[in-house]
Amino acid sequence: MVVQAMSAREAVLASIRAAQGGPADQSIPRLYSASVDLSPAEVVEQFADRLHDYNATVHHATVAAIPATIAAILATRQKTGLLIPSGLPPEWLPVGYTFRRDEGLSYADLDASQGVLTACDVAIALTGTIVIAHSPAQGRRALTLVPDYHLCVVRLSQLVATVPEGMRRMAALLPAPLTTISGPSATSDIEMIRVKGVHGPRTLEVILVE
Amino acid sequence: MSVHVGEAASALPFPEAAKKLVANSQLRRNVRHATNVIRTKRGRVIAEMDDWEQLRDSGKAIKDHTLAHLDEYLLQFEAACTKAGGQVHWARDADEANRIIVDLVKRYGSDEVIKVKTMTSDETRLNVALEAAGITPFETDLADLIVQLGEDKPSHIVVPALHRNRMEIRELFMKKMGLDSLGYQPEDIAAAARNYLRERFLRVKVGISGANYLIAETGSVVVVESEGNGRMCLTLPDVLISIVGVEKVIPRFEDLEVFLQLLPRSATGERMNPYNSIWTGVTPGDGPQAFHIVLLDNGRTKVLADPESRETLDCIRCGACLNACPVYRQTGGHAYGSVYAGPIGAILTPQLQSMEHSQTLPYASSLCGACYEVCPVKINIPEILIHLRTKVVDSGHAPLAERLAMKGAAFAMSKASRLSLAHAFARLGQWPFNDDGKLDNLPGLLAGWTEFRDLDAIPSQSFREWWSKR
Ligand code: SF4
Repeated sequence: MVVQAMSAREAVLASIRAAQGGPADQSIPRLYSASVDLSPAEVVEQFADRLHDYNATVHHATVAAIPATIAAILATRQKTGLLIPSGLPPEWLPVGYTFRRDEGLSYADLDASQGVLTACDVAIALTGTIVIAHSPAQGRRALTLVPDYHLCVVRLSQLVATVPEGMRRMAALLPAPLTTISGPSATSDIEMIRVKGVHGPRTLEVILVE
Repeated sequence: MSVHVGEAASALPFPEAAKKLVANSQLRRNVRHATNVIRTKRGRVIAEMDDWEQLRDSGKAIKDHTLAHLDEYLLQFEAACTKAGGQVHWARDADEANRIIVDLVKRYGSDEVIKVKTMTSDETRLNVALEAAGITPFETDLADLIVQLGEDKPSHIVVPALHRNRMEIRELFMKKMGLDSLGYQPEDIAAAARNYLRERFLRVKVGISGANYLIAETGSVVVVESEGNGRMCLTLPDVLISIVGVEKVIPRFEDLEVFLQLLPRSATGERMNPYNSIWTGVTPGDGPQAFHIVLLDNGRTKVLADPESRETLDCIRCGACLNACPVYRQTGGHAYGSVYAGPIGAILTPQLQSMEHSQTLPYASSLCGACYEVCPVKINIPEILIHLRTKVVDSGHAPLAERLAMKGAAFAMSKASRLSLAHAFARLGQWPFNDDGKLDNLPGLLAGWTEFRDLDAIPSQSFREWWSKR
């Protein structure tokens, strides 16, 4: 098996080397925009706008108001509690609700839950994207995937305007696995009609924190 | 070594297949509707990007640069991925790749796998190999599930079941999922797929994926998707096996910022697709604890060897050229007899596979140039089509190809298509090829295809314009 694998490797590399050649390599132009001319307020507005576009619900809050905002959202959605990653700031959690830390929960536990509350690592306004690096405040990948509801706290310091700006911040987070989330899961496979929510969380709600 | 591309070897020549499909008006309506919707959305989100052309230039340059150093970047990827805990395998052709994957699944003791949409595995016919080894593959992309349950074939590289309407899908799901009732709304049908797959996602221990990009510098792998079935397959199983063409590598993480802008806008007309997953080897405590990747040649190095057409390998499989193509919009994808349909299929399939079987594909075009105009990595598809036609002529297959193409000309000709035919000839009359001995009869061949044209689809830039600009 190993010998054969080595020979396939050598054979493919040899074919590549035999096939290469031709015009000398040119440099790669990078003349696209890495940034945009928007005020911080406009960037926030654009981010919220994009999220609306994706059918995600957006709330604004100050740091001090995070617990009250979470409590109000849970009350509206008639939820009694959520799962949380082990590193989520405890001061965010309102009293009167049950928050269960993901310490080795089974997939069945995740599936049966009322949803999950996490932070994020980066957010990109132009595309309404949330980036999660699965660090302690975001949890392992399954935690923001299997539950049907995801409530995500985005701090303005995490928000950038463009994809290149976002990618630069993401590069610093490697080799952690990265997930970019732009709205709830969706499909347009049936007659190109966008259906919100297939396998990932069908509802995404965001709290934007100043 | 035996390269095969799906079932292209046993497929009907394009004109014969197309003739049957064009007669199916329901299919044509479905294809027309779907491609119109994507074209409109694409147009809207591209118009809002001031730097779209600059992004295309960068995308093209990154891909061309990578191909010129493909061996180095693959080795760099291999080293980085291995260091991060991944295991890298190489496969010369489809059978070798399938064998590696079947052996791995067996080694991990599973008799079922969950799969996220991978064209490459369609190309190698992995599902057939898995089933022959007693392993059940579950397709999890909604469109792929529709294709799998319907024992159908994909007809579009981004929306593989776009030839089916909701009534057809609803009926299929009720039958195959054993449902007594099911609503008529797309939401109801999507919910049925969610229920059907949920338990499988949580249970099956081996996941199989393709990849959109491999990053040489970091050893990371990128999968772009919408439904979350990708994340399920990449995250929940104990073992993940990815099968990826060698041309999918890009040099640096920062290069991804170009493609994550080009791909979603071109493919589905979204500013960003709902999910991108980027992982690097194995992460303790998160996701599969065994990760294997199979790097596949299957004819790709043969494409690389032809400087006139190697840019075919730049393709990021966005499907924009299919949606733009007047021939594809009339025939749908099945006529191309390959997992790769449309203009990209017309140039990729005959290069991967021996020209003999797919010699008519380079004629499956009116050379209107619409594909080149929309391609996010600026692949000059019309020029490659002409190059491949020359090859067909050189290989002595032209008479058959021509005969078949002319047969295509016998398709019902409406008044509108006669008009467009005249329009096409007006353009073709000024071709630079008429004095090329080998291509003397090209306009005759082309005439076989021109009635596929829609008047409304004639692109703003004519063949001659792009030719002079190239
Ligand atoms: S050839 Fe260009 S337009 Fe066609 S699928 Fe590939 S990248 Fe997209």
